[in-house]
Amino acid sequence: MLIYLIKRLLEMIPTLFGITLLSFFIIHLAPGKPTDILTELNPKITPEARLKLEKYYGLDKPIVVQYGMWLKRIVRLDFGESFSGDRRPVMERIWDTKKPLLERRLFITFLINVLSMLIIFTIAIPVGISSATHQYSLYDKITTTSVFIGFAIPSFWLALLLMMLFGVHLGWLPISGLKSMNYDSLTLMQKIWDRILHLLLPVFVSSFGGLAGLSRYMRGSMLEVLRQDYVTTARAKGLSEKRIIYGHALRNALLPIITLLGLSIPGLIGGSVIFENIFGIPGMGQLFFMGVMTRDYPLIMGILTIGAILTLIGNLLADIGYMLADPRIRVK
Amino acid sequence: MPLYILKRLLLMIPIIFGITLITFTVIHLTHGDPAGREMESMETAAYGDAVIEGTIGEPSTLIPMLAGDSASHSVAGMIFNGIVKYDTNLKVIGDLAESWTISSDGMVITFRLKKGVKWADGVEFTADDVLFGYKTIIDEKTPTPYKEDYMQVKKFEVLDRYTFRVTYKKPFAPALTSWGNLVVLPRHLLEGKDITKSDFGRNPIGTGPYKLKKWVSGQEVVLDSNRGYFDGRPYIDRYIYRVIPDPATLFLELQAGGIDMMGLTPIQYTKQTNTDFFRKNFQKFRYPVFNYTYMGFNLKHPWFKDKRVRQAIAHAIDKSEIIDVVLFGLGSPATGPYVPNTWPYNPYVKKYEFDPEKAKRLLKEAGWEDTDGDGIIDKDGKPFQFTILTNMGNRQRINTATIIQWRLAKIGIKVEIRLLEWSTFINEFIDKKRFEAVILGWSIGLDPDQYDIWHSSKTREKEFNFVSYSNPLVDTLLEKGRRTFNIEERKKVYYKIQEILADDLPYIFLYVPDAIPIVHSRIKGIKPSPIGISYNLPKWYVPEKLQRHRIEP
Repeated sequence: MLIYLIKRLLEMIPTLFGITLLSFFIIHLAPGKPTDILTELNPKITPEARLKLEKYYGLDKPIVVQYGMWLKRIVRLDFGESFSGDRRPVMERIWDTKKPLLERRLFITFLINVLSMLIIFTIAIPVGISSATHQYSLYDKITTTSVFIGFAIPSFWLALLLMMLFGVHLGWLPISGLKSMNYDSLTLMQKIWDRILHLLLPVFVSSFGGLAGLSRYMRGSMLEVLRQDYVTTARAKGLSEKRIIYGHALRNALLPIITLLGLSIPGLIGGSVIFENIFGIPGMGQLFFMGVMTRDYPLIMGILTIGAILTLIGNLLADIGYMLADPRIRVK
Repeated sequence: MPLYILKRLLLMIPIIFGITLITFTVIHLTHGDPAGREMESMETAAYGDAVIEGTIGEPSTLIPMLAGDSASHSVAGMIFNGIVKYDTNLKVIGDLAESWTISSDGMVITFRLKKGVKWADGVEFTADDVLFGYKTIIDEKTPTPYKEDYMQVKKFEVLDRYTFRVTYKKPFAPALTSWGNLVVLPRHLLEGKDITKSDFGRNPIGTGPYKLKKWVSGQEVVLDSNRGYFDGRPYIDRYIYRVIPDPATLFLELQAGGIDMMGLTPIQYTKQTNTDFFRKNFQKFRYPVFNYTYMGFNLKHPWFKDKRVRQAIAHAIDKSEIIDVVLFGLGSPATGPYVPNTWPYNPYVKKYEFDPEKAKRLLKEAGWEDTDGDGIIDKDGKPFQFTILTNMGNRQRINTATIIQWRLAKIGIKVEIRLLEWSTFINEFIDKKRFEAVILGWSIGLDPDQYDIWHSSKTREKEFNFVSYSNPLVDTLLEKGRRTFNIEERKKVYYKIQEILADDLPYIFLYVPDAIPIVHSRIKGIKPSPIGISYNLPKWYVPEKLQRHRIEP
């Protein structure tokens, strides 16, 4: 088992290297440079000034050299400095240790994603199970239709409608941002309540669309298991339906969910661009989008690398989880 | 006799009416009615309250010389002062400078600074700070796009604490206004430090009406008023920029009271805010912004070389129609590269009225006629067909292109529209001159010098005369315009340039859009001007009874 783990970890190194190499070349292939925002179609800029700026950012060197320089820093876990005006280190923009936890981008995205994932799992799994046990019943049809409606509704549209209803017409919930303007003058309880109010809509909207996928997976895998011989045996034994489903079938039906859980780890810090922009949430999605728009190479590479590492770890965790849960595929 | 009395009595009626009317008016003028007095107390300037501006973009750094985006400059503009600034008539006036003198040959400018101006940390602002700012901006290691104007300086001397003198290599008229806020930096805080590495860009100290209280990335930038501001303490105690990247959300926040002011889109201005709720709670403003949209021709292209063809196209386009459709009427037709109602703007240039018949005649003169009857005019067997390039994502430009396409089809010119991603557009098409016509816009500086756009020497790759315009007379005038300080002299030069441009038509100048901000009605003291509304922000106020936020210092 240990040898297997070490092998897997070692395998990750060339994969990661390949991913960063590809991403680095692809983002540099995209037309445009980080200096464009300062220099394009600005009559005040002379070509000499532009070249100087490019040199300042190291963009005058061949791309292979640039990659080499980036790689040299990254092995020391240094993500470099962002190209944006204030030239802050990339890590500081993602995870600013000088700021309270709730103001760090990575944490904000992580918090919202964990909350919405919890909601998705607590709703989707029971819904999937009961849809499977009541297959083709009216209940099954209604839940199926409604989760698919949730899946089909564009999240930005739903978000705007809810903001209009709860924010403008009813005035119950804040529209955007993470806290109120008078936050600093609130008591602790009021502060917590303020945070919760601000999180309600974003968490709801982001979990609403995710229900469909998971509940369908759950339903499918449950149906699969219920068809197995051992379930028939259990029934023949005279076990109660409840024990059959929750005691025997569910365990096996949950196996694919472990994989899904593992694969959703990188998504936890990914953050959706559209969604974060609409709610004005300063998370990773917004940061990445800003980075791409301004061709902030170190920032883009930093976020991509973290994403790649988490994806690889997620894969590994899924495999390990699977091994622990399912003796059939355990390696000798 | 009774008739006479009756006549007299009847005459008295209008007289009495007149007397009462006058008395009534006079009484009301002198004393004011009770309601009027109430109004008065509502109008008195008072300190306090906070104004929240909603903005789509977040500043990148608050050091003006390092910032390339407008969000950074608008926040930094509240924190820093320039040596000089523009007044509402676009005349240059002193900001930190008390006065200045320009030598008769235009090569030397001596600035005298105001005394007793303090940085927000209490240290006095002196000429050494300007010297420091100047040295920083021309430093090899400072990555700033704004070096150029300062590279023209031959010598910078500090004469005493409050006086400095700059000597130029050549007389350079835009030089005076280049002494804005780019070169004002506190020497006592930054000397010996690398400004790109220091955290000054996120914790700036300026001399301006506001100072940075806090900046939460992606959420808000909070400014508090500088009570010791040399031009008087600003009335509004706190100014907050709320960063909301989505325009739809921004507008919802405005309705819900989450923000007090924002820039509207034309449809929001004309339709969505045209309700009782908005009329009661908000005030809208409208003034031309300093940019224009144009259609530029590649003058190296054989067809567009012919002036008659360009003029024909100008006659075939109805600018007011474009403004009505694209901007909902919120803009004005452009006739040259300046904004209407500013001093360099020449209102008397040749205008091309919408006249498709005349357009056809001009094209015929140039040899373009529909000989094969396919509805497209042709010459030497080639149909008149060209592509307008513009950038993706700019709805206004795309719509403009579509209207032009439709109008030109009516005079037998087939137009295709191609949308390109911005960087591709600039790098692969504009810079390499691979285009027939483009729709683009220029923002106009407040100084009328446009040497880089129209001078025939500026046609290399990455330079801005990409349409390859060349007119020796314009070249000379451009040279002259930037060497003359006298505003009347300069006006003549730029009037003439506009006349020539209007005749040569290297661009078809299309429109100057309006800026259309909306501000909560409790905020008073806003005086719209050609340079917008925010120039007198420190003088805005909220009457005491209407104040909404309490600010604890």
